Amino acid sequence: MGRKLDPTKKEKRGPGRKARKQKGAETELARFLPAAGDENSKRLSSRARKRAAKRRLGSAESLAMHKFPGAKPLPGKLPKGISGGAVQTPGKKGAQPLHHGTQGKKRPALTHSSEEEEVEEEDSEEDGVLNQEDLWGSEDSDADMIDDYGADSDSEGEDEDEELLPIERAAQKQKVQEAVAGGQWSEEETEEEEEKGSLQSCPQKDDETEGGLQINVDEEESFVLPLPGEMEQDAQAPDLQRIHKRIQDIVGVLRDFGTQREEGRSRSEYLHRLQKDLATYYSYGDFLLGKLMDLFPLSELVEFLEANEVPRPITLRTNTLKTRRRDLAQALINRGVNLDPLGKWSKTGLVVYDSSVPIGATPEYLAGYYMLQGASSMLPVMALAPQEHERILDMCCAPGGKTSYIAQLMKNTGVILANDANAERLKSVVGNLHRLGVTNTIISHYDGRQFPKVVGGFDRVLLDAPCSGTGVISKDPAVKTNKDEKDILRCAHLQKELLLSAIDSVNATSKTGGYLVYCTCSIMVEENEWVVDYALKKRNVRLVPTGLDFGQEGFTRFRERRFHPTLRSTRRFYPHTHNMDGFFIAKFKKFSNSIPQSQTGNSAASTPTSLDLPEVKGQVTPKPEGSSQPAKKARVAMKTKQQLQKRQHPKKASFQKQNGISKGTDSGLSTVSCDTKSQASSKLQDSSQPTQEIRGPKVTKKLKQQSATLLSSKKVAFWKPNGPPKGTDTEVPVLSLSKTQDTLKPEDWVQPLRSTRGTKKVKQQLPAQPSKRAAFRKQNGTPKGPETPAMSPLDSSQPPPAKRRKSQSRGSSHPVLS
Amino acid sequence: MRPLTEEETRVMFEKMAKYIGENLQLLVDRPDGTYCFRLHNDRVYYVSEKILKLAANISGDKLVSLGTCFGKFTKSHRFRLHITALDYLAPYAKYKVWIKPGAEQSFLYGNHVLKSGLGRITENTCQYQGVVVYSMADVPLIQREREAETQAEGEAGSMHREPDVGFDPGSPGSRPGPKAGAKPLRHPGIPLIVILIGIS
Repeated sequence: MGRKLDPTKKEKRGPGRKARKQKGAETELARFLPAAGDENSKRLSSRARKRAAKRRLGSAESLAMHKFPGAKPLPGKLPKGISGGAVQTPGKKGAQPLHHGTQGKKRPALTHSSEEEEVEEEDSEEDGVLNQEDLWGSEDSDADMIDDYGADSDSEGEDEDEELLPIERAAQKQKVQEAVAGGQWSEEETEEEEEKGSLQSCPQKDDETEGGLQINVDEEESFVLPLPGEMEQDAQAPDLQRIHKRIQDIVGVLRDFGTQREEGRSRSEYLHRLQKDLATYYSYGDFLLGKLMDLFPLSELVEFLEANEVPRPITLRTNTLKTRRRDLAQALINRGVNLDPLGKWSKTGLVVYDSSVPIGATPEYLAGYYMLQGASSMLPVMALAPQEHERILDMCCAPGGKTSYIAQLMKNTGVILANDANAERLKSVVGNLHRLGVTNTIISHYDGRQFPKVVGGFDRVLLDAPCSGTGVISKDPAVKTNKDEKDILRCAHLQKELLLSAIDSVNATSKTGGYLVYCTCSIMVEENEWVVDYALKKRNVRLVPTGLDFGQEGFTRFRERRFHPTLRSTRRFYPHTHNMDGFFIAKFKKFSNSIPQSQTGNSAASTPTSLDLPEVKGQVTPKPEGSSQPAKKARVAMKTKQQLQKRQHPKKASFQKQNGISKGTDSGLSTVSCDTKSQASSKLQDSSQPTQEIRGPKVTKKLKQQSATLLSSKKVAFWKPNGPPKGTDTEVPVLSLSKTQDTLKPEDWVQPLRSTRGTKKVKQQLPAQPSKRAAFRKQNGTPKGPETPAMSPLDSSQPPPAKRRKSQSRGSSHPVLS
Repeated sequence: MRPLTEEETRVMFEKMAKYIGENLQLLVDRPDGTYCFRLHNDRVYYVSEKILKLAANISGDKLVSLGTCFGKFTKSHRFRLHITALDYLAPYAKYKVWIKPGAEQSFLYGNHVLKSGLGRITENTCQYQGVVVYSMADVPLIQREREAETQAEGEAGSMHREPDVGFDPGSPGSRPGPKAGAKPLRHPGIPLIVILIGIS
């Protein structure tokens, strides 16, 4: 994907409004430490000294004149204020937790008077004062307004000392304020914030003097959710600082909701308010923010949103076809780039901290020594682990970073087919691959969904599916607002189609491969776990560990959805935890080339007891050739029944054995149908797929092992398949057989059940429906097979299946069985 | 995608012979397999046979590139070698020119090279000879046609950078621009750097 934010082109901004040189902590604190007064007194000019004296006098007056009733206690509070000042001033100068722009405006001159003792240190405090002055920028005017004290009016006319005075005044005022009851603050606030009269989150500063912890507690306790009506006013002229504060408050409240909630307000109101505030503050659309709130706990949510505001560090990947990482690092450092190796997990990655030359234009780049690539984009290729001399398909390859990584891991052997649907971006692929010296690649311009038809049989496939881009918001902030429910669902639909095509393009019987890596740069569950789960249900694949030892595990359940338990082996990456773009990686292994028949509505969700054998039979008879559904249903029913009822029907059991269902293979599903199908397939050598044929014998072999007595007679009926059994898993073949051969209607196995169960019948069945089978065999459909096979031993009396495949047990379908 | 016709093959080999002489056979029969040239959309691609087999399945209008692009045929059926062919031509080059380090950077960014900037040069290189330009670290920079220089010793001859070599029109972000030889990165046996006189 393109890099829309070029971190190397960031403009450097000069010092901002608040940037001030500070003289250091000693000078800052010196204001509040009376001990240092002696030294500093020398710095005061004569006029300053006079002013100071006046102020001291004036403060006494001002105290009396101070409009706030609590003025008198000020002298008493002074020492407290001063002592506390040292603690508080850093806070004041810093993030101003005690002081908010809006509320700090009116600091009575009292605070100034309280600090008169420290006036002598004005000079040294200039810088600090300046700092504060900025923060309390509007304070001067306010100070003027509250300028009841003669001393203040004098000082304002003067030069440098003037700056100190208002600030000192403000500080003193603040202290007084804190000493005074909180009611005064609320008065002030209501004057300023009439539109939000009910919001009193900030005003409770009166407790600040009593200690930090108490302050927080008081604040939160007094946080009141603004009414919805007032929020609308907010939207028109949002004050970001206020919103930010409110966000923090709400998060704090929600963290300890029981104790800090406001009576009468529900949690959802707080959440709603928080959602709106976050959306305003970080400029998100409501939909996306709602999704993010579902995904993350609140503390993480704020971190995630913050992380999206900041670009990720630039990383690059050494092209090992042309150079080594060490040499490249040396060369780049010589050019003036500040870089480091990426981490333990990558042998070719480098992270760039800063650079005096443009990273994308160095001679090394142009010579193809490295490629600018995000750290998270290196992970899927590492998970894919391509071997030399393999055939690899990269379905959505633009701009070619992953493809070139694959090529360098393969050392230019084998063949890579790099495909992308976007012709414009393909040009970048061509350019990049030529630049990096990749020679074993074919670049094509197909829609990924056409794939198995065009060419298939790849050892490994990488699918970096087009997605909504919610993991790379830092690169493309437009995603915050332009993504909608429809967009996500459309992406998910496309991803599902692509994933199925990709699965079909993998050759399961490949000696070294049979793997598929699906990855997206999105963090939405709809595009990640849901799509993966869908594929697990629809194809003969299972999830395997990605080989990445870091990263968060994928979800196995999310809100109302439940996914397959193996989804724990997928990996999620977030910008705020791993400092790389949001990413999701899943690695599949295909264990059978056959495509399971689709069984709409029968997907494991059907309860085992829902279908009865007799029902199945009934279904079978009417239309053996008709829809595959009844057949499937029957099959499913059969399987489920078998498993649940534990072979309550000896007939069934025996029948199954007839068909060569071997428990050992654990392909319970395929059981009956499987075997008969296999037999049929073997019979129809021409049409049957080689794998099926091969698997047939295996199944039968197993059968022999397991149920000698029952099967012996019936085995005769069954064909011995040609060729040696192939495939790694007996289960696989069985499954595939069952799945592929939709034609094997329940008829086949039902009838024997009903009747004599003689092999003859079966035999008769088989020849009777070669055409149908052939026809059906070619059908593709989603299998229910994989799930049902998980059903363990068909016969209770038989030894338990030797190999129980977890992958087959789709979690949702048959909890009992799996 | 189709094999080259006689005519096209002749034209292309003639062009390549300017740089590598008669060593064309070396390109075809390589130790790691047989390679061949294929024409697709007026571009000549150099691919190994294994890749060819897979590429045959892809329909012509969907195929964008395969293996390495060596060059293309213009509308008037002249053959232009591309920078991407440098990696293969450099080992077999007949006439080589080495540039001094000082002149190298300037050359990389498109300036002519004076005779004084040449470090070494193969004997008997005549004017308008196709040469492969190397940096002093034996890193091939580009193949060029050599302009007049040795006319007068006193005069500074020059090597013009005739834009004999084009480059693949990649998208702006990816097009290889001028590349320089970076000496520390020498990798034996593989031409490290290619000078591409091209401005995206």
